[in-house]
Amino acid sequence: MDELLQQLVNGFSNGAVYASLALSLVLVYRASGLLNFAQGEMAMVATYGAWELTERDIPVAVAIAIAMAGSFVFGALIERLLIRPVGDAETHALPLTIVTIGGFITLNAFAQWRWGTAVRSFPPLFGNGKITVAGAIITHQVIGTVASLLVVVGLLFLLFQKTKLGLAIRSVSSNVESSRLVGVPVGVVLMVSWGIAAAIGALAGGLVAGNQDLSPFMMQFILVSVFASATLGGFDSPLGAVVGGLLVGVFEVLIGRYVGIVGTDLALGATFVLILGVLVVRPQGLFGTAKVRRV
Amino acid sequence: MGGGALALLENRWVRLGAWLVAALLIAVIPQSFEDPDLQIFNYALASAVAAIGLNLLTGFNGQISVGHGAFFGIGAYTTGILVADHGWPHLATFVPAALLCFVIGMAVGLPALRIHGAYLALVTLAMATVFPQLILRYESVTGGGSGLAVPKWNPPDSVDLSREQFHFYLFALVTVAAYLLVRNLIHSRMGRAIIAVRDDETAATVLGIDAAKVKVMTFGLSAALAGIGGCLFAVAFRSLSPTLFGILLSIELLVAVVVGGSATLAGPIIGALFLEWSPEVIDAGDGQVSQILFGVLLIALMRVAPGGLLGGAKRLLVRAMPPPALEPPDDDEPAASAAPPPDTVEGP
Amino acid sequence: MSLLDVRELHGGYGQVKVLHGLDFSVGQGEVVVILGANGAGKTTTIRALSGMIASSGDILFEGKSIQGQRPEQLCKLGIAHVPQGRGTITDLTVEDNLRLGAYVRKDKDIDADIGIWYDIFPRLGERRAQLAGQMSGGEQQMLAIARAAMARPKLLLLDEPSLGLAPLVTQEVFKQLADINRDRGTTLLVVEQNANLALSVADRAYVLETGAIITKGTAAEVGADEAVRRAYLGID
Repeated sequence: MDELLQQLVNGFSNGAVYASLALSLVLVYRASGLLNFAQGEMAMVATYGAWELTERDIPVAVAIAIAMAGSFVFGALIERLLIRPVGDAETHALPLTIVTIGGFITLNAFAQWRWGTAVRSFPPLFGNGKITVAGAIITHQVIGTVASLLVVVGLLFLLFQKTKLGLAIRSVSSNVESSRLVGVPVGVVLMVSWGIAAAIGALAGGLVAGNQDLSPFMMQFILVSVFASATLGGFDSPLGAVVGGLLVGVFEVLIGRYVGIVGTDLALGATFVLILGVLVVRPQGLFGTAKVRRV
Repeated sequence: MGGGALALLENRWVRLGAWLVAALLIAVIPQSFEDPDLQIFNYALASAVAAIGLNLLTGFNGQISVGHGAFFGIGAYTTGILVADHGWPHLATFVPAALLCFVIGMAVGLPALRIHGAYLALVTLAMATVFPQLILRYESVTGGGSGLAVPKWNPPDSVDLSREQFHFYLFALVTVAAYLLVRNLIHSRMGRAIIAVRDDETAATVLGIDAAKVKVMTFGLSAALAGIGGCLFAVAFRSLSPTLFGILLSIELLVAVVVGGSATLAGPIIGALFLEWSPEVIDAGDGQVSQILFGVLLIALMRVAPGGLLGGAKRLLVRAMPPPALEPPDDDEPAASAAPPPDTVEGP
Repeated sequence: MSLLDVRELHGGYGQVKVLHGLDFSVGQGEVVVILGANGAGKTTTIRALSGMIASSGDILFEGKSIQGQRPEQLCKLGIAHVPQGRGTITDLTVEDNLRLGAYVRKDKDIDADIGIWYDIFPRLGERRAQLAGQMSGGEQQMLAIARAAMARPKLLLLDEPSLGLAPLVTQEVFKQLADINRDRGTTLLVVEQNANLALSVADRAYVLETGAIITKGTAAEVGADEAVRRAYLGID
């Protein structure tokens, strides 16, 4: 029983990270209608930025906050300078996908060139403490990771449901032309969406680096799980990203541990089979909205 | 809309000229490059065959796959295992490899009937992720992480060619065959159905097209071509290991298709050559700096030529030859959207 | 001085020219209708006015040129646009659609205004928490009008409000438009195919054919025109 609890804790911890990055993917998808393959690498570079600050004796919390702010600007600029000029996702899905792949390659190579491929240690945001609950060890970092996710979700909910900007963001993701006609500055909304996504990604990066280590490849290891989370939840649903992330995190750990023939190496594969099953029944994911196909 | 230039592209003499240039290149390249460089061409041709297959699915049929590296890998391992462990002649392994990929491709195409766009991308991405794990898991057959050595395919004694030269001619032949296969398919009834399903599935169904059948068949064919590309790769590279066939390969194939020009016939070949050669050409003396430049190049290219190299070249040609004045159509809608993309039918 | 003055308006899509030099005006408080068949250029005209497509020629609003301005700027100046097909923001609730209509406003009366529109269109009030995409075509048209009106525009542009609606619903929509013009003093420019209904609420009318204005006059004059009667009113 202790063992199961421990596995659940680990799963939740992974899942909270997946959920944060899946949220980033979903925010970008809702704004621009595309999958940003570079999202994880943007977060990784931001985390290196935070690491540079911690090396200069700036507290890790401040460093991550600065990295988030920088990422907001960086994300907004990417939308404005690299994405929007190519065209909209309806007609230019493939070239846009290649742009994000180009971003992935560039950022990853940049990080290797600037900081090397060696693994570095990154101070955990929530310290090295731990508590024991019913025999399971829960580190402060795990508690903090899950708590951070909850705070992000809460803030996003307030933004979307209670502010004019949030209303505009939701509106643009539903109908760009009508949004423009009522006076919404669509370009600004797109930039803000990318900015928020990048900032959340930077937070996720800081958490991943604190849980494990900092390396140029740290996001690639989890990228596929993050994609799986967003797919399971539904690409246009922030709530779906969170639920999808936690489910994928927990499921991966449990199936890897308890289903012998699958094992850790194929746990992700087994998770995919589960997701495939969900998609065959609900092609738009658990919380996504089905797009009406017009005749 | 550059009627003059498009007419020129349709011109049979221009096409004949393009074929002649291609034939000349195929004849001259093996004589002009040393073996190591020739080998890069051979990898490029192996990727080109796979990219031609992926383009059939993603470019012409509108189903995005980020998992064709898995079919490439299945093809490569089929050749590797049959030649190394069962003594098959290399060429004979292409048939089971293509069949196996065709069947698996159709199986993957089945869920694609319900799953679209980004969701389909994830399903195919999953395939690319799991494939290397399966190779590792079934080590006794595949050689696992320590790899699988594929015996050499030497030229027959009667032919006075180096092995690389022999491979080049062989691969070029397979590439041309794949090109012709897709070209004839696209110009056939089935091809029109493939494109109709991409443009508007509902409308295609109303026209009596069995969209499900078309999509599953296209998936199968596309996978089979990717598999044959993998067979060529096994012949050229001769040392197979699971890390070669990860997500990165699948992404590279997609890049080749789009950079060359998706939904054009020759685009994937151009894209594959670009992909294999750009690391050689962009050599900043530092591998990582070169990679940075390559990434920036991809981004810049999509900015100036979202239709890929071939699409961009055609646009330049069209711009250079101004069209005759057009009469306005009798509708409020832009006429351009109603016209089929001009680059769905053209010569090499 | 008219509220809207248009001279020599040319416009189209890329190289395809649809409008060949239109001249028309809309006076303060008027209801003006532009009649035309499919493909005459009605939607292109409206889209040029609201900055959705590039155009050339003079467009004067309250005496100042608005040529080349973006839709969001025009919205702030007081021009609202009900697009063809209603432009429902399907994933938002009815209430959020209305709230969004007031996006350019900075005052505190937005909630009160929403209440007013619920009174005018009670069915919107009943469905305030429902996703707008789940409503019927007629309800979505009413929502589109109310959403545009929430900006408190001086000029309301309507692109074929009758499209895809049942005759009774269309009548209701036009009755409401006449009320909005009368009660709130909002100036209306309507492009329509349904000449009978449109002329019944209009002060003046223009007839558009293949991108040029061929007839103009008061609603009564245009309604009495032989050619118009044959082409648009189905009367031999």
